[in-house]
Amino acid sequence: MGPTSNIMRHVYGWLLLTPAAILLIGFTHYPTVATVYESLFSKGSAIRPSRFIGAGNYESMMEDPIFWKVLSNNLWFAIGTIPTSVALAIGMALLVNRALPGRSLLRLAYFTPTILPMIAVANIWLFFYSPDIGLIDRLLGLFGLPGHNWLGDPDTVLPAIIVMTIWKEAGFFMIFYLAALQHLPPELKEAARLEGASRWYYFRRVVFPLLMPTTLFVLINAVLNSFKLVDHLFVLTKGGPDNASNLLLYYIYETAFSYFDTNYAATLTAVLLAILAVLALAQFFLLDKRIHYR
Amino acid sequence: MLTKLKRSVTGLAVAACMGAGMAAQADTELTMYYPVAVGGPLTEVVDGMVADFMAENPDIKVNAIYAGNYNDARIKALAALQSGEPAQLSVMFSIDIYELIEQDAIVPFDDIVSTDEEKTWLDSFYPTLMENGRTGGKTWGIPFQRSTIVMYYNKDAFREAGLDPDSPPATWDELAEAGKKLTKDDGSQWGVMIPSTGYPYWMFGALTMQNDQVLMNGAGDTTYFDAPATVEALEFWRALGATHKVMPEGTIEWGTLRQNFLEGRTAMMWHSTGNLTAVKNNATFDFGVAMLPANKRRGTPTGGGNFYIFKQTSPEERVAAMKLVKFMTGPEQSARWSIKTGYMGVSPAAYETEALQEYVKEFPYAAVARDQLEFATAELSTYQTGRVRKLLDDAIQAALTGAKSPAEALGEAQSQADRLLRPYR
Repeated sequence: MGPTSNIMRHVYGWLLLTPAAILLIGFTHYPTVATVYESLFSKGSAIRPSRFIGAGNYESMMEDPIFWKVLSNNLWFAIGTIPTSVALAIGMALLVNRALPGRSLLRLAYFTPTILPMIAVANIWLFFYSPDIGLIDRLLGLFGLPGHNWLGDPDTVLPAIIVMTIWKEAGFFMIFYLAALQHLPPELKEAARLEGASRWYYFRRVVFPLLMPTTLFVLINAVLNSFKLVDHLFVLTKGGPDNASNLLLYYIYETAFSYFDTNYAATLTAVLLAILAVLALAQFFLLDKRIHYR
Repeated sequence: MLTKLKRSVTGLAVAACMGAGMAAQADTELTMYYPVAVGGPLTEVVDGMVADFMAENPDIKVNAIYAGNYNDARIKALAALQSGEPAQLSVMFSIDIYELIEQDAIVPFDDIVSTDEEKTWLDSFYPTLMENGRTGGKTWGIPFQRSTIVMYYNKDAFREAGLDPDSPPATWDELAEAGKKLTKDDGSQWGVMIPSTGYPYWMFGALTMQNDQVLMNGAGDTTYFDAPATVEALEFWRALGATHKVMPEGTIEWGTLRQNFLEGRTAMMWHSTGNLTAVKNNATFDFGVAMLPANKRRGTPTGGGNFYIFKQTSPEERVAAMKLVKFMTGPEQSARWSIKTGYMGVSPAAYETEALQEYVKEFPYAAVARDQLEFATAELSTYQTGRVRKLLDDAIQAALTGAKSPAEALGEAQSQADRLLRPYR
């Protein structure tokens, strides 16, 4: 192979990479760098131009009570949604993986919430949660229980949103588990049965470990979603009452498009990116060691 | 010979220039963004009005672009401005004025009007509707889709509770009294609901005005969140739920309130006049519309959108844009817009048109918003308006949910608003 053909091979390779690289750089890498750069400047206007203030935005962020509030809300939102929706997804997948009459219908039913757009879902749940006239309060009324202002009470608004998110997400994760379950070799189950293993033992020692790659994938998705999904806030609460249901990404939106403070929004975005990067790396490195890839 | 040639060439050039100038004038093209904040096929109404304008002015071409809600419209217009393909004019939230001035995006109408007739035109609108469009002695916004808050009430529920359906509560005390009679113990019907999500500061603007207190000054650099009368207004709002028990405690959702009213869950609601047509079409009971009750006086903030003309425009475009604004806000079009939407006519002349007079005769509640105008004040609007508004929203919600006392919540909001606004004083 001559040197020319070697160079041509490199050129060819780079040409093949170019389309993807342009998109990645244009829509992912450049915006990331630009965000960090912007976060070092003060808010500008026609009258007072933006100027370099170093870590000034980060310092005022540390003193911003709403930032800490939305961060802790996000933490609770993640803790509230992720384990439950993953557990539910496994449960539902196991259920609809068996030979049942009407299995396809059941699968469809579990998957339906995922198909619906979040904005539509939020509009429906807005009426579910509506005090007195809502579905939930009417059901409670059947048992003689008083209605509750679910979205208007700072103590119940975040749990109410968590419940809705679980309902929305579990079906989506179920699909991945269902696909994984169908790839399990049936011999394993027969062998376990021959050895006299209980169903729980079989699940705990055989099925669950084999599902771990799926679980990692689902967990990463769930964590990303817990930071990424804020569509429902636009409809349900707008982060209220008094920021009780405000999440980090929604706060970034408010800062950028309602307060027009793009530089502070860039600061918050940089923090969000850092959090997501750390979480994703931690999951890869910590969980990866315990995962059995076939 | 040579001079002759020169002269004729110059003449040709001048003629060409004039021709080009005339051609440019003959098709001035305007791009206009407009938002729709209430339900219904309002884009068709706007398109119809714009088509009529172009029929009258064949030399002007208007591209009217629907731009989502108020927030979207502002974002789109400012983005277009930065990208170098700006619109020439836009309908935007009346309270965006300071933000637009600070971005150096808009031009005052005073700099465009030339003739005396046009100068008087600036004063032909209801003065209260101009409050949100004027600052620093200049007019920056011309009222187009404007509203106030009114009280809708269920006359059947009033009769059932032994109240006179033709005299709705006119004071805060009467509101609490009537509310007590209308509230049922089993929770199936509340006396009154005032929404506290979405636009809490707007509803609160009504309560404070009724207590004879405004929320900000005309320069947009000072707020009065911790004034005693402001605190008292929030205490009353909280007391409706906590003490009088005529309103559910916690916050009340803006989006589902109309449904609550239509299903009879509340006998009275405070809401935008923009809901009038929807309530009229969907109520299965006899309903009424009244001005908001008074404490020291009656009061409501105005709301809605104004026309703005952008700074990055040529003189010809400004003249054409002025023509369009004058057409769209003129009596005939304003009356047509009001009938189709429930927004109010923006000038006294609009209510003198035959169309609107007929409509008001047939449906008197269409005039409540107008009659209330004499007690109206500007909507909360300051520099840094998004942040300042959010401070007040949070304080209201904290007080209504019982997390903080009204005085404490408003005190904190005021000190933070001071910090934000100090650089502008």
